[in-house]
Amino acid sequence: MNSENSPRKRKSISYAKWGYLFIAPFFLAFLVFSLIPLCSTIYYSFFQYFRSGLKIIGPNFVGLKNYITLFQADLPKYLGNTLLIWVIGFIPQIFFSLLLAAWFTDLRLRLRAQGFFKTVIYMPNLIMASAFAMLFFALFSDNGPVNGSLISMGLIRQPFRFLASVAGTRGLVAFMNFLMWFGNTTILLMAAIMGVDPGLYEAAEIDGASSRQMFWKITLPLIRPILAYVLITSLIGGLQMFDVPQILTNGTGSPDRSVTTMIMYLNNHMYSKNYGMAGAVSTVLFILCSVLCFLVYVNMTRDNDSGEKRKRGARH
Amino acid sequence: MLLINASRNTFQIQQGFSFLPGKSFLTNLQNLLANGNIPVLSGIFNSFFVSALTAALATYFSALTAFGIYAYDFKLKKAAFAFILLIMMMPTQVSALGFVNEMDALGLKNSLIPLFLPSIASPSVVFFMKQYLDSSMPMEIIEAARIDGSNEFYTFNHIVLPVMKPALAVQAIFTFVSAWNNFFVPALLLDSADKKTLPILIAQLRSADFLKFDMGQVYMMITIAIIPVIVVYLFLSKYIVRGVALGSVKG
Repeated sequence: MNSENSPRKRKSISYAKWGYLFIAPFFLAFLVFSLIPLCSTIYYSFFQYFRSGLKIIGPNFVGLKNYITLFQADLPKYLGNTLLIWVIGFIPQIFFSLLLAAWFTDLRLRLRAQGFFKTVIYMPNLIMASAFAMLFFALFSDNGPVNGSLISMGLIRQPFRFLASVAGTRGLVAFMNFLMWFGNTTILLMAAIMGVDPGLYEAAEIDGASSRQMFWKITLPLIRPILAYVLITSLIGGLQMFDVPQILTNGTGSPDRSVTTMIMYLNNHMYSKNYGMAGAVSTVLFILCSVLCFLVYVNMTRDNDSGEKRKRGARH
Repeated sequence: MLLINASRNTFQIQQGFSFLPGKSFLTNLQNLLANGNIPVLSGIFNSFFVSALTAALATYFSALTAFGIYAYDFKLKKAAFAFILLIMMMPTQVSALGFVNEMDALGLKNSLIPLFLPSIASPSVVFFMKQYLDSSMPMEIIEAARIDGSNEFYTFNHIVLPVMKPALAVQAIFTFVSAWNNFFVPALLLDSADKKTLPILIAQLRSADFLKFDMGQVYMMITIAIIPVIVVYLFLSKYIVRGVALGSVKG
């Protein structure tokens, strides 16, 4: 834009201050509400600073001791929980999303009522996660309606205690994440598949390729950037997992802390006012997320360049 | 199904699923409203207040930021946009500790202000707005306005904002919903009963002693939390679904 014509460039010198003025509120708010808190969070992580009873201990500088405690104690377990639940939820999510997206965009099938399906599958994403978790808790509790129906159908004798078994609880959390996010993923993938040059499919069709071959050989390689985007953003979302397990297990992560996620762990430390440890957990999370954010950034900017090239190519 | 269960009493609910609504809908509603531990009405009001302000602030200031980056050439322009892209996916939870302490120090704990004010800086909304401006805002209009003697701020409010209306609407809905559903930060900040938002009240229901609890009320509460969003969504689903795809995929 700026290299196209020089008059605008010359004029823009006098307008530059407006640019700064317009973006100032954003950066000011970011500074006050994100950057300063982030710095103080990291700062706290090097201190021994907690409350025992009514006494506040610290802040005493302890260097990396919080981190050492963290990695020796529970952090690996909770990170493992988080990732495990994420994986259990993500695999069916990407599978069904790809399948649905491929069906809906297949020109031969010409499925009807696309708009309606999109609407329905996206809906769970907007439902309040805590309300959703509460609903599942009510449905799957020991004498909830799911058990009631199963017993009355004669499938089981005793109520199955979903929330007392590790697999049941983890499975439920993963299932809820799957329900909430697969619509979003499907819509993204559909948009990506629609963006593939239709000429490629026509050429493949003339060459006698089957739908399956077209999917594996054309669609999948070409939407790889979007797949990477979906994977990384979903992982970031997975690390933030909090509402669902918190409400489902009432913050205990029971049975045996097997569904305690990173953020729940952070939340527990914040409630018990152990600022040092909470800071350390936050910092670990921050480092993980920074790496992932950087990957998103690289993915997006690379995507941008190729998109611009494509547009420019089409214009000439 | 949710609605059906909201209309039945505890005993009926425990018997299993049913496709017939029961007769206790109004009773459940009355019980819930009369429940002194769960201030539902103020919860609805607080949630609505915070969400509406969040949506307004986030869309207006994001549009302003995106326009600033889009329309003007200045030295830090590239750096600013790259920065916004970088922090776009950063979860707010990582700085929550510092945030809560800062608000405590400012005397804003247990107030609704820290729930909507930070939304002035919502990077993903800015990104969306920038995408939209790139595709549908011709610089010629802005230049024409300049020639007519319009001041830049006036141009933004009276010419750019109307052009961006579709984008503003989509993002207003998204930010409203995410604020409505937000649980983590409000749960850390709000203590007094009259300030609590709906998600916290749901958490409170969950931690109540379950055996004594009226299941009809639980379903009613969930219904109250979910239904407004669903109704709005069904009306606007076309725009929302389109917005989802626009936000992250360029084309």
